[in-house]
Amino acid sequence: MAEKEIETLEAVVQLSGVRKAFNIGTPFETEVLHGIDLTLQRGDFCAVVGPSGSGKSTLLNIVGLLDRPSSGTLKIGSEETTVLDDRALTRLRGHTIGFVFQYHHLITAFTALENVMIPMLGAAGFPNAQMRERAAQLIDGVGLTPWKDNLAGAMSGGQQQRVAIARALAMNPAVLLADEPTGNLDTKSADSVFALLRQVNQDQGTTVLFVTHNSELARRCDKTIQVVDGMVTQ
Amino acid sequence: MFTAWLPFEWIVAVRFLREGRLQTVFIIAGVAIGVGVIVFMSALLSGMQSNFIRRVLSTQSHIQLVQPQQVTRALRGGADGLPGQVEGAIIQPPLQQTKSIDQWQAVVAQVRAMDGVKVVSPVASGPVLVVRGSATKAVTVSGIEPATYFRIVDFSDKMVRGSTRLSSSDILVGTELSSDLGVDVGDKLHVTAANGVVTVLTISGVFDLGNKGANQRNTFTTLRVAQSLLNMPGGVTSLEVTVADIYAAETVAQRIAADTGVEADSWIKNSAQFFAAVSAQTTANTAIRFFVGLSVAFGIASVLVVSVVQRSREIGILRAMGISRGQILRVFLLQGGLLAFGGALVGCGIGAGALSLWTTLARNADGTPLFPLEFDSSMLLVALVLATLTGLLAAFAPALRAARLDPVVAIRG
Repeated sequence: MAEKEIETLEAVVQLSGVRKAFNIGTPFETEVLHGIDLTLQRGDFCAVVGPSGSGKSTLLNIVGLLDRPSSGTLKIGSEETTVLDDRALTRLRGHTIGFVFQYHHLITAFTALENVMIPMLGAAGFPNAQMRERAAQLIDGVGLTPWKDNLAGAMSGGQQQRVAIARALAMNPAVLLADEPTGNLDTKSADSVFALLRQVNQDQGTTVLFVTHNSELARRCDKTIQVVDGMVTQ
Repeated sequence: MFTAWLPFEWIVAVRFLREGRLQTVFIIAGVAIGVGVIVFMSALLSGMQSNFIRRVLSTQSHIQLVQPQQVTRALRGGADGLPGQVEGAIIQPPLQQTKSIDQWQAVVAQVRAMDGVKVVSPVASGPVLVVRGSATKAVTVSGIEPATYFRIVDFSDKMVRGSTRLSSSDILVGTELSSDLGVDVGDKLHVTAANGVVTVLTISGVFDLGNKGANQRNTFTTLRVAQSLLNMPGGVTSLEVTVADIYAAETVAQRIAADTGVEADSWIKNSAQFFAAVSAQTTANTAIRFFVGLSVAFGIASVLVVSVVQRSREIGILRAMGISRGQILRVFLLQGGLLAFGGALVGCGIGAGALSLWTTLARNADGTPLFPLEFDSSMLLVALVLATLTGLLAAFAPALRAARLDPVVAIRG
């Protein structure tokens, strides 16, 4: 991507001086992130790399509004999130952020199609037919139409991860956060999951933040964010 | 497949319950047994109590009004005329004469107009001797107004022979008296009062009050016959009252006593021991129902606590997908409500089945049911509503726990 083009893109995620500490006020207080400044533009496809325990997942959880920073600010689009209450955060998360976890984490009591419908059901206001049509399109997009009515628990690891990606895209999020989505897959499945994320990024301009230990996949991303001991180097 | 008309929370709750099939079946069975026991026991005990009460009240009124007892008062103010000084410290209780209730017609009108009073009937009763040949028996004669008295004590199902017809020369006698004197319907009896008045009455009917003593001692004539026998023309010894709510009899009695000045004794006061037994039974029944309900609630709560632990990761995912704390709370509340409702539904079936089995098996020697069971469908409705509310209440703590789960911790497992 040309340098000039990047400059014209809007900032989707902006972290400024973000710190995260656990067990605050106890003898076991540990600071995991030490003042992180990071900006992600619309359409960025970033790999987040770093050794285990360096704070990658914590960073992802904070960007994904699942966790709050101990200090510093986090803007999603133009919204300053550190001042929002839980209800507003949940709403913002549901509408702007998609998650893909390492262990796919589908709801096993639901079928593939139903899992994809969950974020839309939670957000409410979607007519049933429209919801189902969109879920079917997303399932089709990840190549699982023949298995759409299978219970999630009865699918292979690669299939489940594809369903998870389809689910993450249900609300057409601005940011897609993937925490080692290929970590548990064989090379072939990992490649196809990566290709899928890349396609989403290119087709819809979704910003993708992609935690991985796989240096080959990291090299194929546009940007690489290195997290070492709670500090970021780009 | 998800359906448009079902809210999200409902769908998730049902799916979670369906997935944890074995747990769901066990807890529904637990709730069903609890509700079944409550339904069966309630119907059985209330049937038994109504039966007792019906039997007790079938031969007596709910409230009896009598002239207040005569008392001797100490004379105050001694020879010196000092106030507070008592003259004649030894007080002999007076002889209680058979006295008519003062202005009883006015009292009848006043009591009849009171709220909750159904029937008021005057009775003149006293001791007489019935003579048949050489046999003599001391009995109580009760002069009644058939029109009102038979609405208080229904004689239609108590008549063994003859009828309840009472004209000015008729008398109703009990089965024991009838056999003791060797008399039957149509026979004549000489009735002698203590004051020497003698009259001849014809037996028009023989009754069975279900009690040997009562059948030996009681006879019934018209009010006028009794009044002339007992030498109290126009007078009555008691007013018998029935009320709409038998359990409110004591309250009504106190109101009557306060308003009319006559002594009013309710069946509750007169049958204090019996009523204490009924109350004790009701308390025991309530306690059992409460504790069964409590154990059902704890059962539901414990299953849901386990479910929250088992599903914490899924709860985390749902939260990450934009599902709010409130929605998670409702998912688990609904599960509690659904488990309890399902269990109660089955439990009502079990209870109703057990009751019908009881009705078939528990019978008198003559094949009639032991006693009629009090079973109405509103009780099932109450059981369903109460059980569902209990389930919702029991689910509250686990649901709160689920809603408060930190999604990061939950997803990490």
